[in-house]
Amino acid sequence: MRENLQLNEAGELRHLLSIEGLKREHLERILDIAESFAVLPGRQVKKVPLLRGRIVTNLFFENSTRTRTTFELAAKLLSADVINFNVSVSATSKGETLLDTLRNLEAMHSDLFVVRHQHSGAAHFIARHVAPGVSVINAGDGWHAHPTQALLDMFTIRRHKGDFTPLRVAIVGDIQHSRVARSQIMALNTLGVTEVRIIGPCTLLPAEARSLGVHLYHDLESGLEEVDVIIMLRLQRERMEGALLPSAHEYFQLYGLTEARLKRARPDAIVMHPGPINRGVEIASEVADGPRSVILQQVSYGIAVRMAVMSLILGARGGENE
Amino acid sequence: MNGRIFMQHDAILDLVQGMARLTRHQLEERGIENPAMIGIHTGGVWVARQLQPLLGIDEPLGELDISFYRDDFTRIGMNPQVKPSKIPFEVEERHIVLVDDVIQSGRTVRAAMNEIFDFGRPASILLVTLIERSGRELPIQPDVAGLQPPLADDEHIRLEGPDPLTLRISGHPGTRGSA
Repeated sequence: MRENLQLNEAGELRHLLSIEGLKREHLERILDIAESFAVLPGRQVKKVPLLRGRIVTNLFFENSTRTRTTFELAAKLLSADVINFNVSVSATSKGETLLDTLRNLEAMHSDLFVVRHQHSGAAHFIARHVAPGVSVINAGDGWHAHPTQALLDMFTIRRHKGDFTPLRVAIVGDIQHSRVARSQIMALNTLGVTEVRIIGPCTLLPAEARSLGVHLYHDLESGLEEVDVIIMLRLQRERMEGALLPSAHEYFQLYGLTEARLKRARPDAIVMHPGPINRGVEIASEVADGPRSVILQQVSYGIAVRMAVMSLILGARGGENE
Repeated sequence: MNGRIFMQHDAILDLVQGMARLTRHQLEERGIENPAMIGIHTGGVWVARQLQPLLGIDEPLGELDISFYRDDFTRIGMNPQVKPSKIPFEVEERHIVLVDDVIQSGRTVRAAMNEIFDFGRPASILLVTLIERSGRELPIQPDVAGLQPPLADDEHIRLEGPDPLTLRISGHPGTRGSA
């Protein structure tokens, strides 16, 4: 039943664990609802009372101030109460098991867990073991998935490009170790883009790439030819330590996005990055700060998309309990 | 479409003419000169579009989708058809004419007023509805209503549109003839 874990009997979203297993309608529904949340910052009161009285617990086994903050803000703008539980410096370091941690937090009457974990499958594990009526959102697990990041990227693309079907999208960098890239590829293919390209050195592209429905490029310049969207991934320092890459400088020489290389893409191409960016490693400052960059919009849209996911999930849960 | 047609486009526009007259009178009585108008998505927006020029309001119409303010979210969940609310003017200190198609329980209007206050503090709100029917669950009454049709509790009336506008009654087969 693992593939159905995310949906309730009515086919509504009950947990969000991965893009895999979701249909185009599910993704489009989330993006449509996010449109209505995206207009809230223009108002005097930026929050809505939708999740008043609900408790959202951010359960982060891996540090990520940025992701945790956007989930926290999303929950607060929906009028939910938020508990931040930073487990890496908390209970598990005292020997408590994951299930014991979970039972303790359930006893605090949480309605929704937002889970970030260094091991793939952790959010699935928690979703399988939570009490009925409690939901889980995966905020990144190991190399596996980061579905809300992929959804906010899709929202950003749709806001700029409208229709997905004619688009060519390039994802550049460390695809092999990137849960973001994996979720993006699935979302882009589910939404029916023309082509997804992954660009990077052999050591950072996954062996099973072709089964993901993407085209592989080892040369950045040819890979960027005629693309509509460029997604740069953050290069993690530990990859250099692991001897998969020679040096940050050399990486930039080969795979850094510069103004000159950007010219290979379509003239209206947008440049995205999930953040935090390494200037001069995967992206030149002139591009990151340039007119084609939508990197900061991604951050704002991330809040609206996370609000949409939370409200859909907690709404579905209510329906199920009736 | 199930149910029977209760009223068609031209008759509805006649009702709106009457509503405009009553609304103007109400505004004069309250000494309001420059009101702004907000329609509640979807039927209220259709009615407001007809009413607006009759009141000489040039400012763009505000449109509210109250999905995020409903009091039955925990029972029925998220409305997947939610549209962004747009109020293209400052609400703060404005006199607002709030328009909906049908008032029954009063819960939609309560939600709409809550949402309006999140845009700013209006000077006043005047409520105009096309249909005022029985079934109130909150102490909210329209200041102007186009028609008060006698309906059985299990009968539903809804506005279809926008072009043409049609009022349709469904549910109970209806022992009273159409008006």
